Amino acid sequence: MITKRIIPCLDVRNGRVVKGVNFLNTRDVASPVELAEYYSFAGADELVFYDITASAENRSLFTDILTETARRVFIPLTVGGAINTVSDFERVLKCGADKVSVNSGAIRDPSLIGEAAKRYGSQCVVLSADVKRVDGSFHVFSKGGRVDTGMDAVEWICSGVARGAGEIVVNSMDTDGVKKGFDLELLRAVSDAVSVPVIASGGAGCIENFITLFKTLPKIDAGLAASIFHFGEVEIEDLKDAMAREGIPARQVRRN
Amino acid sequence: MIAIIDYGVGNLFSLKCSLTSVGAEAEVISDPAALAGADKLILPGVGAFGDAMDKLLSTGMAEALLAEAAKGKPVLGICLGMQLLFERSLEFGIHEGLGLLKGEVRPISEVIEPSLKIPHIGWNALHLLKPNPLFRDIREGDAVYFVHSFHATGCEDSLTAVTDYSSPLAAAVMRGSVFGCQFHPEKSGAVGLSILKAFAEREVLT
Repeated sequence: MITKRIIPCLDVRNGRVVKGVNFLNTRDVASPVELAEYYSFAGADELVFYDITASAENRSLFTDILTETARRVFIPLTVGGAINTVSDFERVLKCGADKVSVNSGAIRDPSLIGEAAKRYGSQCVVLSADVKRVDGSFHVFSKGGRVDTGMDAVEWICSGVARGAGEIVVNSMDTDGVKKGFDLELLRAVSDAVSVPVIASGGAGCIENFITLFKTLPKIDAGLAASIFHFGEVEIEDLKDAMAREGIPARQVRRN
Repeated sequence: MIAIIDYGVGNLFSLKCSLTSVGAEAEVISDPAALAGADKLILPGVGAFGDAMDKLLSTGMAEALLAEAAKGKPVLGICLGMQLLFERSLEFGIHEGLGLLKGEVRPISEVIEPSLKIPHIGWNALHLLKPNPLFRDIREGDAVYFVHSFHATGCEDSLTAVTDYSSPLAAAVMRGSVFGCQFHPEKSGAVGLSILKAFAEREVLT
């Protein structure tokens, strides 16, 4: 049976990995290429690279890093950040990305999802949504969580799937950085509404949070996290072992 | 030299990098005439079977590939590239394939539980049915990375490994020097690289 995926996320700005806490104050972690190699060796099932470089001039720094990673790391790579047009898809796919994640670019122009899916296949198009509770309902935020679009999250995600998104990343802004566990309420609402794979993001603080996620919501396909992996608070090997002990299908990495 | 056949579908950068990383000399080849100069061929592919087959035929790549395969040159089809090795596919109509292997490609929706997601995407375990020289370092249960909505059926004795998605799906096939992997060895970590290494190191008997 297919395994639940564990996905470290690397936010890359000006060529370095950073991790925002509640989308504020970024901290410098390490070289993205080295970190990617380390995670691949440790048993990460996939890697997500988010380009959070502000200026277009530094965009090539990111694609250089992506290219170098693709030369050395042989697990699926998803790339997001600054994806606004089909030519942005082309730019990162050429450098070794397997999937491309769209967020604000798709909010600005939802036809981007369909155009990219038609050209590269739905399996290549990931819709990533930053979601926060506003007056008791789930709103989609754009521009790295700075702007409330006013759109209902589940409706937006369903429309993205209808347009051709092959996978969904749900980032809960309410639980992100808090390390008290994934946003099960939001994730349940999304996974009940769509039939494509759903990746949970935001809130992982310990191994137990992943176990709770997969046990409570068996329809969730993957758990994504950043800082707990970057700072060694959770080792991927230990997480995989714990999943196996709990009867959650997990890909075990050979130790010999 | 291993020729990675470029017929205008999909991205070949990762595949080339993965071969380089196992010490193989690989080149992306878009000129059919250049296949004759290669020791081995890899047929990659993503997207739709019909489109891919049309491109293989219109570029002259199908003819060149079949000519090289007839000489006994090792051929490895990956993902859609594996499916193209079969006789036909029922993906959006009926399309003739290269016919190097017996069997036809059909939607996985016909055999899997309706509650399961399509495509079959992610890491799944290999179940080994019979020896395959490319699997010399593979153990029962090793996980590899799949992305597909169609699968090869009626493979007869070419089937060497399956994966379980509520139903066994063809994961690896071989007949003589023709090999196929439904999964992506170039995206399957150390396990996948060992398969590419075995292909790269395989002696050419021609």
